[in-house]
Amino acid sequence: MLSAEGLRHAFRGGRVVALDDVSFSLAAGQTLTIFGPNGAGKTTLLKVLAGLIRPDAGRVTVAGGRGAIGWIGHHSHLYGHLTVRENLLFWASLYGVPPSARGVNAAATMRRVGVADWANQPVWSLSRGLVQRAAIARALIHDPRVLLLDEPFTGLDLKAAAALRALLGELRGAGRSVVLATHNVDEGVELASVVAFQRRGRFVQLAPRGGRSAAQIAEQYRRAMAEEGGGAGGGRGVDG
Amino acid sequence: MADLLRQAWTVARKDLVLEFRTRTAIVSALVFTALVLTVFNFGRDPTAVPTIDLAPTILWVTFTFAAMLTLNRAFQLELENQALEGLLVSPLNRTSLYWGKLIANLMFVALVESVGLPLFVLFFDVPVGRVLLPLVGVIALATLGFVAVGTLFSALVMRTRFAELLLVVLLLPFLVPPLIGAVQVTALLLGGRPLSEAAGWLRLLAAYDIGFVSLASLLFRFTVDE
Amino acid sequence: MTLAQRGGWITGIGLALLAAVYVRALAFTPVERFQGPAQKIFYLHVPAAWSAMLSMGLVGLGSILYLLVRDARFDRFAAASAEVGTAFSLVMLTTGPIWAKPIWGTWWTWDARLTLTLFLFFLFIGYLLLRGAVTEPGLRARYSAVLGICGLVLLPFIHLSVYLFRTLHPQPIVLKPSAPSLPGSMLVTLLASFAVFTLLYVGFVMQRYAVSLLREARAGEGEGEGEGDHA
Repeated sequence: MLSAEGLRHAFRGGRVVALDDVSFSLAAGQTLTIFGPNGAGKTTLLKVLAGLIRPDAGRVTVAGGRGAIGWIGHHSHLYGHLTVRENLLFWASLYGVPPSARGVNAAATMRRVGVADWANQPVWSLSRGLVQRAAIARALIHDPRVLLLDEPFTGLDLKAAAALRALLGELRGAGRSVVLATHNVDEGVELASVVAFQRRGRFVQLAPRGGRSAAQIAEQYRRAMAEEGGGAGGGRGVDG
Repeated sequence: MADLLRQAWTVARKDLVLEFRTRTAIVSALVFTALVLTVFNFGRDPTAVPTIDLAPTILWVTFTFAAMLTLNRAFQLELENQALEGLLVSPLNRTSLYWGKLIANLMFVALVESVGLPLFVLFFDVPVGRVLLPLVGVIALATLGFVAVGTLFSALVMRTRFAELLLVVLLLPFLVPPLIGAVQVTALLLGGRPLSEAAGWLRLLAAYDIGFVSLASLLFRFTVDE
Repeated sequence: MTLAQRGGWITGIGLALLAAVYVRALAFTPVERFQGPAQKIFYLHVPAAWSAMLSMGLVGLGSILYLLVRDARFDRFAAASAEVGTAFSLVMLTTGPIWAKPIWGTWWTWDARLTLTLFLFFLFIGYLLLRGAVTEPGLRARYSAVLGICGLVLLPFIHLSVYLFRTLHPQPIVLKPSAPSLPGSMLVTLLASFAVFTLLYVGFVMQRYAVSLLREARAGEGEGEGEGDHA
């Protein structure tokens, strides 16, 4: 579904290394969770996977191309003066959803993420949590086969976060591939089928989750970040 | 090709809906046009220079300045919630994005011009009845070229500080050929001369349009990628 | 020898040769019959205009090559060329009126070539302003390349429109800015000056190129920790 080979990228004329020889491949129904401190290059990796940044070296293959990707970045990508429904219809038409299916898809997606009651409200009038849910609806409107999520739990309350976890579980069951990046080891572990620790652009660990519990992974992560000196949070930031 | 245009229209339609929902930009542009025409009326000596001699200049300086002030809007609205990033992740073709912005800008400027022209006729008592059709043609021909360049440049400056000022400084040299051409042809038309006398200018305007619309379509992707 | 030193030497030789050209122009070239000694400024004015044009052409070429192969050297070259072009068009724009006042009786006319150089100057300034406004080097290179290419394409349009504009209006001047055929010795002096200005262009560009290399190196040392950058 999704594979990356030997990705390398640096900013500022090679002085800030954001990706250092990152390779992986993900099959249908698998979820890769990437843990890393701020500045590890997680956002850069997701942007490269999404085709937003052309890497200095390496190759990304996504089955189905751009149209198969669902993207949730740090921003909602929603137009404040359009209603939630209008936003979804606009993005559906950009993703080539046939006109007859757009309305049905939009309604179903809004129900799924719990914004159906706010369908006809302009986005600017919504609370932050609702906007984040609408942003998730935006990313799912074309039923993408690959989902790229950058810190998707930011701004969600506990209930909405649990709903998102349940949703991602469903999507995995439906054969969707998910890449999820987060700096918080306590969220997203139970979703992972593959776990990666990223530090200074490198994957210092990339392994199937196996039978590891969330607490074990958190412990391994802290140890991995403490090695090589410096400690978590160091390094030259590119994640902002 | 049909697909590119369909996507472009999707983007343009969305821009126009957003614009008419907020109305700040369009109302400001219309008021600006009316104000500039008013200022021109008092910024001249009516006993020294006949209105008809100044009319083409007044019309075109007003149109080009009003257009220039509206161009920044196109990409500024994509920076809200970083919608632009979403557009670039989507399968939307870069050229379609440019064309969509160009179409929206052209419709926007056309609206300003369609209000500006009657005001101009009213304020300066210029007889345009006989030459209305060719005059509209010249307006369209000249507008297309500089809006094409302006749309490209607004993508260059959108993330810089003082984007509005920088856009004007970058764009003004590019306004010279269409501005000179449009003023000359308008003067010929208002003076009751046959359009054939303007053949050289019309060719220049057409060449500018073809040249810069193609060049901007080609170069646009370098302003948004990565 | 470093690039800056080599550029310095070439500039030095160019300036020495320029002095030689002027010795020849003042002492060994006949005084033009109608214009008198004022015409001597042409050995500075015309070659400066030539170098400014050359600069714009090479800014455009460097821009095209940068977008094709994405090599930072082409971007540095285009930037250096634009800086040097600004200086040359400024020389052209200041020497022009100095000559025009005694000959045409006015400091400025909207002569096609003069207007073209004025816009050349505006284009260079705009190009350098845009470079100053974008901080990320990759973006800056691409943005300025787009502008450089557009600028190059614009020049013939400006020339054509100003030319058409002039031919439709009575010419306020009697004398043409350059005589159709120059006497042999004047032509030799002028050609020598062209060669010297081209050499000066090369010397200046090498030095400016070296300056931007130094600037990049310094920016690298001063790089702050954890600086956000999404390109």
